[in-house]
Amino acid sequence: MSATPHQSSATNLDLDLSKLNLKAMPRVLGRLTRLSFRYPWQWFFALSCAIASAIFNLITPRLLGRAVDQAHHLLLDGHTHPEETRAAFLQLTPRLFGEATQQAYQLIIDGHAHSASPRAALLATALMIVVACALRGTLTGLQGYWGEVVAQRVGYDLRLAFFEKLQRLSFGFHDVNHSGDLIARGMLDLEGVRAFLESGFLRAVVLLLLVSFGAWRLLSMDVNLGLIALSFVPFVAWRATRMGLLLRLSWQRLQQLMSDLTLTMEENLQGIRVVRAFASKNLELAKFDQTAQSALRLANRRITIRMGSMSMMNAAYYTAMGLVLWIGGQRVSQGVMTVGTLTEFLTFMTLLQQPIRQVGMIVNSSSRATSAGSRLFEVLDAVPTIEDDTNARDWVPGAGVLRFEAVDFAYDRRPGGRKILSGISFEVGPGKTLGIVGPPGSGKSTLAHLIPRFYDVTGGKITLDGQDIRSVTLDSLRRAVGLVQQEIFLFDVSVHDNVAYAEPWAEEQRVVEAASIAQIHDHVAGLPDGYGTRVGERGVALSGGQRQRMSIARGLLAGRAIMVLDDSTAAIDTATEQRVRSSLRTAVSNRGTIIIAHRLSSLLHADEILVLDEGRIIQRGTHAELLREGGNYADLWALQNRTDSHTPTTTRLRANPILEVA
Amino acid sequence: MSAMRGDGGGGHAGGFGVGHHHDFGDDALTRFDTGVVRRLFGFVRPYRRILAGALLAVALATTVQVSIPLTVRYAVDSAVGHSEFPLPAVLVGFALLIILNGVLGYLQESIAARLAQRVIFDLRRAMFAHLQDVSLSFLDQTQVGRLMARLQSDVNALQEFMENSVSAIGDFFLLLGIIAVLLWMDLRLGLLTLTVLPVLVLVRAIWIPWARPKFRRAREASSSANAALAENINGIRTVQENRREAVNFDRYRVRARENLDAQIASSRASQIMVPAVDILTGVAMGIVVIVGGDKVLTGELGVGVMVAYIFYVQRFFDPIRTLSMQYTTMQSAMAAGHRIFDVLDVPVAIYDKPAAITLKDQEPSIEFRQVTFGYRPGQPVLHDVSLWVEPYQTVALVGPTGSGKTSLTALTHRFYDVWQGSVLVGGVDVRDVTLDSLGHTISMVLQEPFLFSGMIFDNIRYGVPGASREDVIAAAKAVSAHDFIVRMPEGYDTLLGQRGRNLSIGQRQLLSFARALLADPKILILDEATANIDSFTERDIQQALKKLLKGRTSLVIAHRLATIRDADLIVVLDHGRIVEQGSHAQLLAKGGLYARLHASSHGSFDDL
Ligand SMILES: Nc1ncnc2c1ncn2[C@@H]1O[C@H](COP(=O)(O)OP(=O)(O)OP(=O)(O)O)[C@@H](O)[C@H]1O
Ligand SMILES: Nc1ncnc2c1ncn2[C@@H]1O[C@H](COP(=O)(O)OP(=O)(O)OP(=O)(O)O)[C@@H](O)[C@H]1O
Ligand SMILES: [Mg+2]
Repeated sequence: MSATPHQSSATNLDLDLSKLNLKAMPRVLGRLTRLSFRYPWQWFFALSCAIASAIFNLITPRLLGRAVDQAHHLLLDGHTHPEETRAAFLQLTPRLFGEATQQAYQLIIDGHAHSASPRAALLATALMIVVACALRGTLTGLQGYWGEVVAQRVGYDLRLAFFEKLQRLSFGFHDVNHSGDLIARGMLDLEGVRAFLESGFLRAVVLLLLVSFGAWRLLSMDVNLGLIALSFVPFVAWRATRMGLLLRLSWQRLQQLMSDLTLTMEENLQGIRVVRAFASKNLELAKFDQTAQSALRLANRRITIRMGSMSMMNAAYYTAMGLVLWIGGQRVSQGVMTVGTLTEFLTFMTLLQQPIRQVGMIVNSSSRATSAGSRLFEVLDAVPTIEDDTNARDWVPGAGVLRFEAVDFAYDRRPGGRKILSGISFEVGPGKTLGIVGPPGSGKSTLAHLIPRFYDVTGGKITLDGQDIRSVTLDSLRRAVGLVQQEIFLFDVSVHDNVAYAEPWAEEQRVVEAASIAQIHDHVAGLPDGYGTRVGERGVALSGGQRQRMSIARGLLAGRAIMVLDDSTAAIDTATEQRVRSSLRTAVSNRGTIIIAHRLSSLLHADEILVLDEGRIIQRGTHAELLREGGNYADLWALQNRTDSHTPTTTRLRANPILEVA
Repeated sequence: MSAMRGDGGGGHAGGFGVGHHHDFGDDALTRFDTGVVRRLFGFVRPYRRILAGALLAVALATTVQVSIPLTVRYAVDSAVGHSEFPLPAVLVGFALLIILNGVLGYLQESIAARLAQRVIFDLRRAMFAHLQDVSLSFLDQTQVGRLMARLQSDVNALQEFMENSVSAIGDFFLLLGIIAVLLWMDLRLGLLTLTVLPVLVLVRAIWIPWARPKFRRAREASSSANAALAENINGIRTVQENRREAVNFDRYRVRARENLDAQIASSRASQIMVPAVDILTGVAMGIVVIVGGDKVLTGELGVGVMVAYIFYVQRFFDPIRTLSMQYTTMQSAMAAGHRIFDVLDVPVAIYDKPAAITLKDQEPSIEFRQVTFGYRPGQPVLHDVSLWVEPYQTVALVGPTGSGKTSLTALTHRFYDVWQGSVLVGGVDVRDVTLDSLGHTISMVLQEPFLFSGMIFDNIRYGVPGASREDVIAAAKAVSAHDFIVRMPEGYDTLLGQRGRNLSIGQRQLLSFARALLADPKILILDEATANIDSFTERDIQQALKKLLKGRTSLVIAHRLATIRDADLIVVLDHGRIVEQGSHAQLLAKGGLYARLHASSHGSFDDL
């Protein structure tokens, strides 16, 4: 089974550059960089350290070149006295040391040392190298540190923003976005973005600086040779751009494939009972292989792109170096150039080697950050369709009257989208019970979801104590509505924490009370850790009926103005259900209750029963009225209570095409 | 996302991490662990030729890299006229070297990276395949999110390490090569330069014990923040329904904050090594300048050698720096390796016996012989249950919630092994048949319908991947699902959301029913298969089933007693024991638990 519609496109490994949105990179990376400006000081530190360390990086070759020159000059000048050498090296006398410092000072001020004492000059250079390296190291370390501080802080901000956004995005969003995909965005894509902020950006700045300074130095030392030395830069820039685009494409595909793979594995594990029940291990492995093999091929493709480009860039670099050696060598042998200059040239070039390696990393990390960032921003920019109105007020508690007035609803809000509910009107007052029955897909749960405003109505309105639910704050509304959903979700925490989910600080006694009303207390009390027992993921360690009762207990704890029970006793035997129902009745005697059920015995006492079909109310009235009236409800009742077996007594419901064809 | 400790998941849901949760150790073992390395090598072994190729390329590439500065030296020397080689000859050599360097570099990295990808693929697949075999009792106690973390981020951490480790081997070779060349060019200068190495070793020896806990904390903090995120995403509906957003956000913020602090601390710990390495580089270069310079003055050393020396010393510390950065990766890779092998080591408790029988022509009977079974040690949920289900009969299981009905069906399919007694299908102990043939003999509609995301069509034919569209439609029609399916926007090709979210629960149940029917089993188990379905639809299904169930044995669980009153035998369970069995009429006449349940389902106005 293909896991998602994307899969087929993602398995296609052709990387077609024309499909790439070229504006995405500057937009996404720009936005990420702006995020890091929120920490101007740290950012400033990181950048200054980066620049300063780059400067020291540049000073070292100059010093080294000078050292070689010194040695060579001295050699040529014939300043060589073996004894003096011994003396200088074996005894680093304070005098010599002082002189060295002096020399170093002059080196800095005058730009050249006095060759009065050659050893001292060398020593001075050596000292300066050590100092330069130490400073460079410290600055590099600081840069790394501050860079990470900025990146981690931005990562922290993004994390919180992501979390907060997901909590606010309405059900409609979560209906279409797979949890695995969202988790992958929040974990892997966030990492990708952070990695770029941590070093990608600073590296790029430093790289630019290094290259431009190096270029300037090389050119100012010798224009022609400098040009030759730099000849590889445009080539590298071109290759790098191309590689960046290709990598971005492959990252996009890879992220999609990884997301598909996550989905395949996650669904396999979540549905492991189904997998086992159908002995479909092989099918599952085939699904896995299909996606994982594509991912593998794509990853290999990415490696080829990256390594191919890198080798070419390296080759270009070394070619330039070869040319420098060739021409520089000739010049030196002609005496037009000093060995020191040549050494400096070469050392500058070695300095540029590191950046070349880094080009690969920078390009890779910025490509990754672009596609990861756009995935992340996609979520962060999503607009919750259900939000507090700008002038929303808190819901003012009243008697607790819920009214539906000609409510229409469609999940697909586009014109022509399939209507799920049409013209639903009813009222539930305090102490009253409304029952709803209807075939699968008739819209009962949808109706229940409209009350806490998980979705907005497309027509008509819903009021609670006369206040349109769209005009009150979501918070106050949802606190007022207790919904026990048909699809139960329990967290893998203790029984206590699950029941007290809405009010984490509720006292034990209230939890026990809610559990007792839901008739789950006896079972819990018998567990080894009582209320501290973990219930397993989604409550696997409980039976179906136990899960339902847990969920009822959770809905009861908060003490809401109105209770909605969506088919929440389907997995409970009738005897237990009656106990639940009678204790519920006392517990919520002053509140309005909506009960959705298939078992009509659950609805006997309702003050009004709605029979729903295809989103319309086709019958309404009390149990007795509906029985008298005959029709759908009466037939259903007869079916569930037939005393003589085998003969289905009823005419079937005309309005229901589902039943007609079957 | 990596580490997963017991406290990882839902502190925001109120204290997590107590209890008998199966918690795979923790990250205590993060040192370079020979066990992990050895086992990892087991996955590399099938590709040892490729590995050898990669290593050869690494060695050659390193040699080339080491020789490049050497030619620079000759070039400089011949430029100043000190060399026996003419400049053009040296340059030709240089050109050859750079071509070699390009080719070898490409080979080295791409062979290595491909190898790493391949090994990682195998590893992930092995884990995934292993999870298909481990027992449900293990999976029941493990959160999917935590397993996913292992399948994804731990495997990724290992992949990063493996990709890097080939280049780390390269770095190591480079280091050795450079040392060799340094010593070869000038033994004394070389030795002097290398004196910084022991200092470096000493510094690291002090640093490691100090830094390691910080790295570990960083990993743990990040995994705990991620686990909290995952849990919140999965339970988002419950979160919004209960207005837990603010509380969860606050709790998440605490974790995210801890993570931030831990990451920054770990960054501090790793960055502090940078100046240390650089200072030592400086010292080494200083030594070259002073001693080398002097040697040049005394004529003992050519200028070219000194230049080459400086080159080497500069390059010398590059691998050291990379290697020490690699340390962090290695740390998490080892921890990741542990967590991966933890999963691979989960024993497979339920597997085919060597001489397991394939169920084929046996009559589809089911028998429980004095079965005792439970999920938690010392707490049996089924006590000494004996039951005989005739072939081709329909047997109903009823009883109060939690009485053990679902558990009985799970044992029939050998999801778990019994503690005592035995379960026989077709007269054979389920422990003596192959799991595959058991799976093809029995089909189940589980109490909670689970659908995969993807097409409705593929979902229905899940058990029979090759089924034709006609078969699928016939199965859908039998359970009255056809009509709603064709009314969906794309009919049978409509894509379902996660768990079938864009369907109502009843519709999901119908699909999972159709899925079971299509598999054409000899034994059909219906665990409240119509609990969320109205009685009309249910009746229609039952009429269709009358034909379909001929030639099959079925085990039906239902709370709505009207559903099962026509069963050949009704078995009443209570507290894990069979308390009554018989036909509807017999049981009603008996006036026991069944009669009481029956009465309450006909509840009238005055019985409450
Ligand atoms: N995976 C598990 N781990 C621990 N305990 C479990 C597990 N599954 C079920 N139980 C316990 O075993 C007992 C029997 O559960 P079972 O699901 O068989 O009941 P059931 O009769 O099907 O109930 P229901 O009608 O509510 O579905 C229950 O008390 C339940 O809490
Ligand atoms: N999230 C969704 N997106 C799109 N369509 C949906 C979604 N949820 C439900 N539907 C569709 O809306 C219709 C009504 O579904 P609803 O869940 O309200 O039915 P129901 O009456 O509760 O049925 P059941 O008795 O099976 O619970 C169904 O046709 C279903 O396919
Ligand atoms: Mg529903």
